[in-house]
Amino acid sequence: MDPILWILLALLGFMLIGSLIAIETRDLLSSVICVGAVGFGTSLVFLLLGAPDLAITQVVVEILVLVVLVRVVITRRDETHATSRSTLPVGAVLLSLGVMAAVVFGTLATGGAEDDLRLHPFGQPRMTQQVEAAVLAPAGRPDLAPAGTEPASIGGAFLKHGLTADESSRGSGAANYVMGVLLDYRAYDTLGEATVIFVAVIGAYAVLRKVGRSRHAGHESDR
Amino acid sequence: MTLAMLPFMLAFLLLVAGLYAIVAKRNLIKVIVGLLILDYAANLLLVLMGYRTPPAGEAPVAPILTGGLAQADDLAASAVDPIPQALILTSIVIGLSVTALVVALAIRLYEKYGTFDTDLMRNLKG
Amino acid sequence: MQGMSPIVKNITRVVAGFIVLFGAYIVLYGHVTPGGGFTGGVILAGGLALVVLAFGEEFARKVLTHEVAKTADSMGALLFLLVAVLGFAGGVFFTNFLPTGTVGSLVSAGTIPIANLGIGIKVGAGLFGVFLALAAFRRTTAGGKKEVDVLQSDI
Repeated sequence: MDPILWILLALLGFMLIGSLIAIETRDLLSSVICVGAVGFGTSLVFLLLGAPDLAITQVVVEILVLVVLVRVVITRRDETHATSRSTLPVGAVLLSLGVMAAVVFGTLATGGAEDDLRLHPFGQPRMTQQVEAAVLAPAGRPDLAPAGTEPASIGGAFLKHGLTADESSRGSGAANYVMGVLLDYRAYDTLGEATVIFVAVIGAYAVLRKVGRSRHAGHESDR
Repeated sequence: MTLAMLPFMLAFLLLVAGLYAIVAKRNLIKVIVGLLILDYAANLLLVLMGYRTPPAGEAPVAPILTGGLAQADDLAASAVDPIPQALILTSIVIGLSVTALVVALAIRLYEKYGTFDTDLMRNLKG
Repeated sequence: MQGMSPIVKNITRVVAGFIVLFGAYIVLYGHVTPGGGFTGGVILAGGLALVVLAFGEEFARKVLTHEVAKTADSMGALLFLLVAVLGFAGGVFFTNFLPTGTVGSLVSAGTIPIANLGIGIKVGAGLFGVFLALAAFRRTTAGGKKEVDVLQSDI
């Protein structure tokens, strides 16, 4: 685990420095390119953590976002050095955000009232623990309890039972477990996601239509 | 053990950086940059929570069956959690669509007011 | 938005077919190898965006128009909903009712490849349409003229 943890920390540090440069620099084009660097760093982290579907998707999405943003930023007539001073005092905003993040992280890391809300240490998620399978019995019928132990989260249960048909599920039959989860076990989420993409695309069309636009004759003051 | 919590802390710092850019910046492009960083940080945090350490000396095991049905039990004991990966896959594409919508709004605002500066937009009232 | 130089056009003629083929491969084999509907759809949108950027606005107005993108988007969504409604044949909305064959071959996993195809078409056409709407505005005339920075996108 050690080499992977060190490479991961190096990549996360690189992404943090890139995001700070992207937020603070005055030149809009360099800030957009730094966001591209943060996106590619995310894709490398996904590849390192054993998620190849996510890495491919993140790379291609990052390329499309970069093309659109660079196109928007470049065709502005000498707006690329626009000032970006803050509206609120920087110290107050940073202090309040820091306190909020510390409180949230502290609560998650040390656990609230129960053990279920705790952020498990990196590398040992909840599915490495096992619970007695007797908890899966229907209410009031303890004689129907299955035997043995089961992993303590649905990810582990899907890895164990989700592929082939047995007495607890029909089985998805897909060798790619992630696609089996997306299109068989949690297919409603995919339906919702298709709806959200559809609505966002229609919203973008509706904003950029030609109907209802008037041609402005020009702005006198260029600030 | 603090070393095991350090990746989560860095992902949280990235989230705070994105949130700071959304709240406290005047230029619309900087706000869009903050939205993008917030999106990446949230995806990263969820995938980090689903990682399982491989057995000693091997690479992390992706949840894909490459060796036929005989390998399924072996995979179930050592693979990374597939459920966060499935949900974050949809979230990445949704992030792209929402970014496209916000950039469309920014283009439209530029057309109407001639600037990307939100303070000037409040004053101009075109 | 004008096209680019002849070098870019010739290389796009060679490369764009491979990109679309790769996207189709990732969509169709989504249940066996890494990938799936979303990944393949975004790759398809990227390949089509390459073609439109290299060949200019008149290509986007004659061959790959906005109407084509909108129609393909709706067709993909309808295919996905059809698969979901046909799940009633298995008892409940959205069940996987086709037989799951041998794990690891192309024809396996019930309705998952068909749903992948619907999602791939939908995401590819939708994101390509949004790219067309955002990037297809005219360059402005700079310096001295009276009309300033009016972006018109030909939707």
